[in-house]
Amino acid sequence: MRESDKMIKTSGSTRRQVVRAGAAALAAPAILRVIPAHAQSRTLKIGFVSPRSGPLAGFAEADDFILSQVRQVIGQGITNNGVRYPVEIIVKDSQSNPNRAAEVAAELINGDKVDIITAIAAPETTNPVADQAEANEIPCVTTNCPWQPYFFGRNGDPKKGFDWTYHFFWGLEDVIAAFLSMWDGMPTNKVVGGIFPNDADGNAWGDPKLGLPPALAKAGYKLIDTGRYTPMSNDFTAQISAYKQAGCEIVTGNMIPPDFATFWAQCAQQGFKPKIVTIGKALLFPSVINSLGDRGDGLSTEIWWGPTHPFKSSLTGQSAKEMTDAYMAATKRPWTQPIGFTHSLFEVTLDVLKRAKDLKSPKSIVSAIAETNIGTIVGPVKWGNGPVKNVTKTELVAGQWIKGPNGFELVITTNKPAPDIPVGGKMKPLV
Amino acid sequence: MEWANVILQGILVGGLYALFATGLSLIFGVMRLVNIAHGDLIVLAAYVALLCVTQTSIHPLLAIFLVAPVMAVAGYGLQRILFNRTLGADLLPPLLVSFGLSVIIQNVLLQIFTADSRKLSAGAIETATVPIFNGLAVGVLPLLMFVAAVAIIAALQFMFYSLPIGRALRATSDDPEVARLMGYDNRHLFGVAMALSLAVVAVAGVFLAVRANFDPALGPSRLIYGFEAVIIGGLGNLWGTLAGGVILGVAQAIGAKIDPGWQLLAGHLVFLAVLAFRPEGLFPKVDG
Repeated sequence: MRESDKMIKTSGSTRRQVVRAGAAALAAPAILRVIPAHAQSRTLKIGFVSPRSGPLAGFAEADDFILSQVRQVIGQGITNNGVRYPVEIIVKDSQSNPNRAAEVAAELINGDKVDIITAIAAPETTNPVADQAEANEIPCVTTNCPWQPYFFGRNGDPKKGFDWTYHFFWGLEDVIAAFLSMWDGMPTNKVVGGIFPNDADGNAWGDPKLGLPPALAKAGYKLIDTGRYTPMSNDFTAQISAYKQAGCEIVTGNMIPPDFATFWAQCAQQGFKPKIVTIGKALLFPSVINSLGDRGDGLSTEIWWGPTHPFKSSLTGQSAKEMTDAYMAATKRPWTQPIGFTHSLFEVTLDVLKRAKDLKSPKSIVSAIAETNIGTIVGPVKWGNGPVKNVTKTELVAGQWIKGPNGFELVITTNKPAPDIPVGGKMKPLV
Repeated sequence: MEWANVILQGILVGGLYALFATGLSLIFGVMRLVNIAHGDLIVLAAYVALLCVTQTSIHPLLAIFLVAPVMAVAGYGLQRILFNRTLGADLLPPLLVSFGLSVIIQNVLLQIFTADSRKLSAGAIETATVPIFNGLAVGVLPLLMFVAAVAIIAALQFMFYSLPIGRALRATSDDPEVARLMGYDNRHLFGVAMALSLAVVAVAGVFLAVRANFDPALGPSRLIYGFEAVIIGGLGNLWGTLAGGVILGVAQAIGAKIDPGWQLLAGHLVFLAVLAFRPEGLFPKVDG
């Protein structure tokens, strides 16, 4: 393993240096003729991989809006050590497919020769891109994937960490804390029905050592876990009758939208009426809640980011509210939580490129990532204080979808895990 | 009591599977075409229903009567323009074409409707229940789905065995060459079969859209149960397809009762057992 790693490393870096030197030599005369004042500046390339199509496309639906904003800001290029560099962002679609994500990452690295590579949205895209970057020794920043599937999903060793790849987002422990603080103070019998699918998220959430079960037990809740179901299930009768029998008043878990819709309709058909339903993943997007109609009112979920978060973009100076307003005005669609994170990824990346001591050296760019300390639209991003070397965490709260005069609104009902984020309302039970 | 509920719910889910499978079974029975795009056509029908409902604001379940003719006409065109050119002694070309069609439908839907998860809201009927006895209740919607599946299969069966067009379809299915000698136009008949198949697909699509969320990528995952129901019931036998769907639904329900991890496994095991011991299915087509 180590031998082969070394081989890839030596051959990879040599080839890259040769190609770089060659490209620079070829390009230099042309640039010299046009803009002699910027003799050394070359175009910096940022690779960006996201699931623009496929089942996870909802996470990337704001990409075009964000990219046009970012491109406007960096139209004149960025300054590094007093030299102005034009910046090009090369966008690739992972098609929500890990193999495709690895393929386009390799294209970006070997074909486009990007200086830094970025990726968003779920382990299906972030992990293969980061793996390619690690193997090819290219700096990489990713976000929008809980850190455990990112780090342990790539077989990361907490003692060693990775050399080239960095990630910012929250983790499972934050979800648990946010959910518990939301339920505390609600008058329930503390009996919780847990519904977890047999996929990466479901197994992590339902893990008897690191997931919800031990945390709930510690907080005095009784968890009824019937076991892992296969995603895209058509029948949840077994789970519902178990919850009814145990008298569950809370239901929690991690589901995809079609499974939740099936489950939630069957709950009503079979006369199961919990007081609180807090589900990860399925209830993130307004389109899903709207599709549930009145049955969407009062459902609760985790909140990574929203218009009331008290942060500003370092690129555009917009507040979170100004950004979601601009998005809704430009697209005529409701805001979604990934907007802030995708934007912040470009904030971090451009900040790194501005600070790197030597843009010719990937090592120097990676050091700049590790030294990041920047306030973004999703809050401060600063590696070195995270649970593992390559991960830093952003703040997570939780809240409830409330039907108002202008359709559904996601209202933050608890901020115990992150007191600087204001609460928007008080939690209301479903029945 | 609990077991009775589990099995009852399983039977109702079986109706949904039968609805998914009937169109497949019909097409395979008439022209030996394995339609990989079947699941995507169901999702396409769901989007057509979405358009109907948002444009005319009729009740989603009534939209069936708009969507079914649209899909039937589309099916006839699809068969005449595309699939008829691929049919022959070799089973592979139509299979590959339907695979390509599946990819095209998914991506066109993604372009037009984005990746948003959609659902048709049918109002109170979605959560309404019918009490049976002893606190046992079934949802009106699943019951309606089951009744629709039975009604559709009964109607198709009547058509196949009591109407001239059914005789023509059966003749073409039994021996296309001789049927042509007797003056039947195979191309037209295959078109009719595909039109019927897509009319059933329309019903399945509307129920799918009312039942749970759908998005452009959903099709293939819904296809597998349809296939299994067809194989369990016996190729080309429509009542068999209903029985196959119910067997699959009940097997999954019993598996889930033991452990939710066993839900799909139990269904697949029944499917494998049928393949191993009765590869022609439980109720193979009997034609004299």
